[in-house]
Amino acid sequence: MHAAQILVNAVVLGCLYACIAIGFSLVWGVLNVINLIHGSFIVLGAYLAFGLYNALHISPWYSVAVAAPLFFVLGYLLQRLLLNRVITAPVLVTLTLTFGLDLILNNAMIYFFKADYRKLMLTPSLGSVSIFDVVVPVDRLIATVSALALTGVLYLLLRRSRVGRAIVAVRLDRDAAVLMGVDVKSIYAIAFGLGAALAGCAGVLMALIFPISPLTSSGYLGKAFVVCVLGGLGSVSGALAGGLLLALVEGIGSTFFGPAHATTLSFILLIIFLILRPQGLLGRKGFE
Amino acid sequence: MRKSNIVLLILLAVVAALPLVGGPYALRLGTIACMYAILALSWNVVGGFAGYPSFATAAFFGFGAYTTGVLLGKGLPLWLGVVISAVAALLVTAALGAALLRLRGHYFAIASLSLVEVLRELVNNATDLTGGGMGLNIPLVSGFGVLAEAMFFFYAMWILLLLTALMVMAVAGSKLGFGLACIRQNETASSMVGLNTTLYKSIAFGLSACFVSAAGGVYAAWVHYIDPSDVFDILYSVKPIVMALMGGLGSPLGVACGAFLYLGLEEVVWRNYIQFHTGVLGLIIVLLLLFLPHGLISLRPANLWRRVKHV
Amino acid sequence: MSEILRLENVSRHFSGLQALRDVTLAVNGGEVLGLIGPNGAGKTTLVNTICGVTPANSGKVSFDGKDITRIKTYQAARLGLSRTFQIVQPFAEFTALDNVAAAALFSQPGQSLNTAREQAMAHLVYVGLELQANQSAATLTLAMRKRLELAKALAMKPKLLFLDEVNAGLNSAEVERATKLIHELAAGGITIVMIEHLMKVVLNVCTRIAVLHNGALIADGAPREVIENPAVVEAYLGQQYTKRNAGRG
Repeated sequence: MHAAQILVNAVVLGCLYACIAIGFSLVWGVLNVINLIHGSFIVLGAYLAFGLYNALHISPWYSVAVAAPLFFVLGYLLQRLLLNRVITAPVLVTLTLTFGLDLILNNAMIYFFKADYRKLMLTPSLGSVSIFDVVVPVDRLIATVSALALTGVLYLLLRRSRVGRAIVAVRLDRDAAVLMGVDVKSIYAIAFGLGAALAGCAGVLMALIFPISPLTSSGYLGKAFVVCVLGGLGSVSGALAGGLLLALVEGIGSTFFGPAHATTLSFILLIIFLILRPQGLLGRKGFE
Repeated sequence: MRKSNIVLLILLAVVAALPLVGGPYALRLGTIACMYAILALSWNVVGGFAGYPSFATAAFFGFGAYTTGVLLGKGLPLWLGVVISAVAALLVTAALGAALLRLRGHYFAIASLSLVEVLRELVNNATDLTGGGMGLNIPLVSGFGVLAEAMFFFYAMWILLLLTALMVMAVAGSKLGFGLACIRQNETASSMVGLNTTLYKSIAFGLSACFVSAAGGVYAAWVHYIDPSDVFDILYSVKPIVMALMGGLGSPLGVACGAFLYLGLEEVVWRNYIQFHTGVLGLIIVLLLLFLPHGLISLRPANLWRRVKHV
Repeated sequence: MSEILRLENVSRHFSGLQALRDVTLAVNGGEVLGLIGPNGAGKTTLVNTICGVTPANSGKVSFDGKDITRIKTYQAARLGLSRTFQIVQPFAEFTALDNVAAAALFSQPGQSLNTAREQAMAHLVYVGLELQANQSAATLTLAMRKRLELAKALAMKPKLLFLDEVNAGLNSAEVERATKLIHELAAGGITIVMIEHLMKVVLNVCTRIAVLHNGALIADGAPREVIENPAVVEAYLGQQYTKRNAGRG
């Protein structure tokens, strides 16, 4: 494979990775919670797209509009009813709690959807475009553009809306935000809801490209970890940078060492970054 | 010696008498009980004493299982394989700890979790040595019968548990334990009073690895077959934390009781709700954290009385 | 008097902010040096740089004839450099006794926990906290926690003791009591560098004063000379203070 193809593949995959990680990064940054349900949310979103397409022939681009409010409410309620009760507890507690919730959700998905892999097949297939020697499947291209659009929407939401500014305020200085009259618990719930909505939408887009199974959730979660650490926690641009870097490293890694080593490489990169540059590539604090 | 430590030793003695009353099923449960207690007590050294949220237990366990498995395949006796696994884990982990333990909070949690992923992938890809995803068959240790073999592995695991418990008690009562408690409360202040925090944390990390690795080795020999997704299962990282939280962080007796209780619950759930066992496990975790965050040890009669009076 | 601590052209910056500029300063054994200057002048950074918390970017620090520029925090503590924090840093779950015992235990290699506890009790008695020995540090009042900090610092058998605003937040009776303690320590032969905003205390106990402003040393000398130095008045003390002082004198 020549360099241009590797590069284009990396850009396409990188945007998808950014989309996978952005909700996770938001929750980690604002709530200081590592949300281990994130991967299962993505898978649930993928099943939603799969189900809507196969049962009602709703194409995945519209499913995004269904997934967003649905997952927002789910996330909002989870935070309001459960996570807010332990939000001030040490890392260990919040992390283990989200792990427990993930076990429940994942078990439920295995029970209802079975563990086997499914694929959302668009009929007719969209084919692929090629410019010079570089080939990109159209469904991938659409997913990438949609992923970028989602990231852009989040960016604008945080930048322009009142709620967005409040979220950023809580992220930067929780105590000061309280003094300014921000209702932190409700901001937490909104941020967690947004994180869940982004995961659900990411799942819908992933359904276009990757096989769907409850077993894939830990893979998505792992990608989210790596992207957050590489790019730097808590900013939209950081997630994009992290996603692109990860995709590039995986691309180059699998070309030189074989695809089996791509994951190993990405986790080794993660540990190196954690130790040497924990603030990530774009070491900025704050959500724009 | 503290009273709770004596109670713990008595508890272990009672566990050792298990073969007198139970058959192969009880021995199997007993072996797993000892193994879980080793994992939980070991985790407690870094997670409970030093307050570092380590999710690396599965990495140590898998490391020991594979090291011992490969060594047994080369014809080494079991005891030697287990000792080598334990010592190697101690040294490697202490060295790794010097780098990883500079991270705090979430960052350390993620790094320790990644250790599991990295090791699993490495083992998966080192097909020549480990058999990769196909798994590794481990030669039978001896020719004795089913019951005798069950007995042998039960006592092997029990001895490891005893050693782990003695190690944890020794740490708790020593200068090391005192230093780890300082680090947990205020790491900056600790180094300001002359505590070499890097050294102490590395020793703690190494100690939390070596008996887990040994247990992994005994486990591998016991089940005769291991594969990466089994021994590097992230649940081996999470279960010890749940056990420690169940029993009460920091107290060796509480942690050991938490491990036994957890196994009991797991067994009941596994037998009755095979399709939902991970979900029920998740539910237990959620309920525990929401309603009993300080573990069962907070349910001491004195505390209960205080609560009643409070009402 | 022999020289115990020497800073040569020490600079330190934090991502663009120059916290210390080319500071050259010597501390002699047995003296009580007052380190004054407006907020943000770099006083605490100076202490952090000497103790290895934020090592110097350039320049050299030596203590007792040894180069300690790149020393680790815990090594500095073992050499006999000890300090109290501006914002108190107790081990909150420990009793007052164990807080001080930790200091005695880890600052002197080879110490056992039991002897450390015995020594700790003596230091608690010295700062007047013996009744609170078995109380957890989290339950102490601010004044008590400040004294606990001092007991911890003393348990490390310091040669050089940094006191970082030990009087901030105390009432006047408590300040008087702390001042008396500092006098006693100085009389006992410990070299002291104190960061202090209360000029009354500085003039009362210090044998020499150094003034930091924007990270640079702008004055260093006998107390009377320094507070009359126009640059110091301009930067820190303000006209008000000099007038009042002149009126009284």
